[in-house]
Amino acid sequence: MVKNILFFISIFIFSITAQYASTIFVSPNGKNNSIAKAIQMAQSRDKIVIKPGKYFENAIVIDKPLDIEGELYPILDGNNKEGVFIVKSDSVTIKGLQIQNIGMSQIDDRAGIKFFSVKNCLVENNKLINTCFGIYFARSSDCVIRNNFVQGFATRETETGNAIHLFKCTNFLIENNTVSGHRDGIYFEFVENTKVCGNTSFKQIRYGMHFMFSHENEYSKNKFFNNGAGVAVMYSHHIYMHENEFTDNWSPVSNGLLLKDIKDSKIENNFIDRNTIGLFAEGCLRLEVKHNRFSKNGWALKVLGDCYDNNFTDNNFISNTFEVVTNATVSNNIFEHNYWTEYSGYDLNNDGIGDVPHSPVKLYTYLIERVPESIVLLRSLFIDLLNLAEKVAPVITPESLEDHKPAMKAIK
Amino acid sequence: MSLFVRGIKGEEINKTILNYSFNIKCMLKIFKYSFYDLLRSRWLLMYFLFFLATTFALLYLSSDISKGIVSLMNIIIAIIPVISIIFGVMYYYNSREFIDLLLSQPIKRKSVFLGQFLGLSLSLALSFVLGMIIPFAVYGIFTSSEIWNFSSLLFIGVILTLIFVSLAYLISILNDDKIKGFGIAILVWILFSVIYDGALLLFFVSFSDYPLQKFAIVLTVLNPVDLARVMVLLKLDVSALMGYTGAVFNQFFGTTWGMFISSFSLLLWIFIPLFSFLRIIKKKDF
Repeated sequence: MVKNILFFISIFIFSITAQYASTIFVSPNGKNNSIAKAIQMAQSRDKIVIKPGKYFENAIVIDKPLDIEGELYPILDGNNKEGVFIVKSDSVTIKGLQIQNIGMSQIDDRAGIKFFSVKNCLVENNKLINTCFGIYFARSSDCVIRNNFVQGFATRETETGNAIHLFKCTNFLIENNTVSGHRDGIYFEFVENTKVCGNTSFKQIRYGMHFMFSHENEYSKNKFFNNGAGVAVMYSHHIYMHENEFTDNWSPVSNGLLLKDIKDSKIENNFIDRNTIGLFAEGCLRLEVKHNRFSKNGWALKVLGDCYDNNFTDNNFISNTFEVVTNATVSNNIFEHNYWTEYSGYDLNNDGIGDVPHSPVKLYTYLIERVPESIVLLRSLFIDLLNLAEKVAPVITPESLEDHKPAMKAIK
Repeated sequence: MSLFVRGIKGEEINKTILNYSFNIKCMLKIFKYSFYDLLRSRWLLMYFLFFLATTFALLYLSSDISKGIVSLMNIIIAIIPVISIIFGVMYYYNSREFIDLLLSQPIKRKSVFLGQFLGLSLSLALSFVLGMIIPFAVYGIFTSSEIWNFSSLLFIGVILTLIFVSLAYLISILNDDKIKGFGIAILVWILFSVIYDGALLLFFVSFSDYPLQKFAIVLTVLNPVDLARVMVLLKLDVSALMGYTGAVFNQFFGTTWGMFISSFSLLLWIFIPLFSFLRIIKKKDF
């Protein structure tokens, strides 16, 4: 927290000092018509204003603290070659530019704006269109990525990079960006203490957002839809995910939220709607899954047998085709006080809690796991009879996977 | 020479056309009588009220039209075949004396039976369609995006009615014994809705080491109840069916070719029992 405040104060101070620095104008028909030359001429803390027009420049290296601002979105076209900016200095601000058309390379990761080992940088209000990687940070800290629009047109994973890519970074703030059409919308690898708020990520080929080995991060109020999978969180711990929307992630192997080897994390108040699998968990420990709404998913929860000590409480499971599926016969997770639309029990003492436990796993979900073809029998009378028989006398489904206090009404 | 032949042929054609129109007139008349007769029957009113009440109740409870459609599909798949087949058998046995009377008249047997068949299946279909449309109209289906799902549901319901009424006619013409006829009708219903699925599941489980997707599609297409269910489900429960193997089914049933084959199979299930029924009545000694 203190770190964050110091960071904002420092940005504030920099912006004041910038007032006293000189300003260099670049325009296509003016004296300065090259951004690279203007940067060479500039002193530290100068401001460079880019006038509207079209500029064809590649690999512009920024090696001193500068404010780069575009007026009315000047177009910086990479001409299907290398990336446009390579930033190697702290305290660089890039605002209001439109960067476009960067060619794909199999050798290096080309990006619209690329940062190496920097601190206190700000990327704000830019449009990046058809850039292989959009905004790329490596080994950096204390930066802000805000209100950018990153659009790609990829149809295959190998054709593109990630819209926002962070590698070995700490203390970032990523907010209100709109990203689409890349491999991953937002990609984190070895990233810590970072906040991701209010972003919209859609039509990514792989994941809306992807965490690898990234601990102690928080993401909230983001929207992920129409992606290969909404968000994939892998090999991380202490992640706080709340108030996000994971919707319409439909494909044969699609998940709203995919968790793999996640520990001690919280998943709260999310809206998970119309995904093939709402939440998929593999090898997860001590998760708190609370107050989420799972609706109209094919499978609301798929929790594999190697998940332990996870708490699923106060969630709403509404109109999912299958509520919970697992491949284990013993469950080591706790389900308590959730609302299930499939619940058929009663509440004699009117305390809002059903008197009969609810077992959300059905025999048929096991069958589908074993013999995927049996999906053709979905909603058949025979399957209903089979489920009923199993419910009366459980043989295959884990008896321990039960909600002992099912809520009678949807939890607000 | 050629003119003369043409003349004779023309006369023959004229005769057959006259015969034909007479037969159709008779059939329509019998259809009209049995249709109006059935509309006045208490059973059909109950059938209509049943759909009306369940549809209203489901729409009221689920407060979401698409959820209502899924629940209704369950009911339609279970109820329509059993009611159609039982009611069909019952209607045939009850109107047996009336049929004997009609058969003593100079009317073609085909017209008598087809007229009755149409009267029965259309009145059943009408009470089903009305029982569904009224509640949905009240809950605003015509302005909702679910209109296509709803109309496919109606289509499936009507087709299932026709299939099971024609099966009922075939069963009852083959068995003069009422009790035997009812028993076989119930057995046929259980066979299509429960036993077939059980056998299918057994087949899938015991041959799960082999690639079964194509077999699964073929076996689904062969059973009208399963086919009707899958056709509606692909429109409604897509998210689940899209997973894993489901994609294969979607690829088949989602295409125009797949839709054509499935509709053709459903039509075959109406016409095969109906034609064998018509063949039998030609030779049967009443």
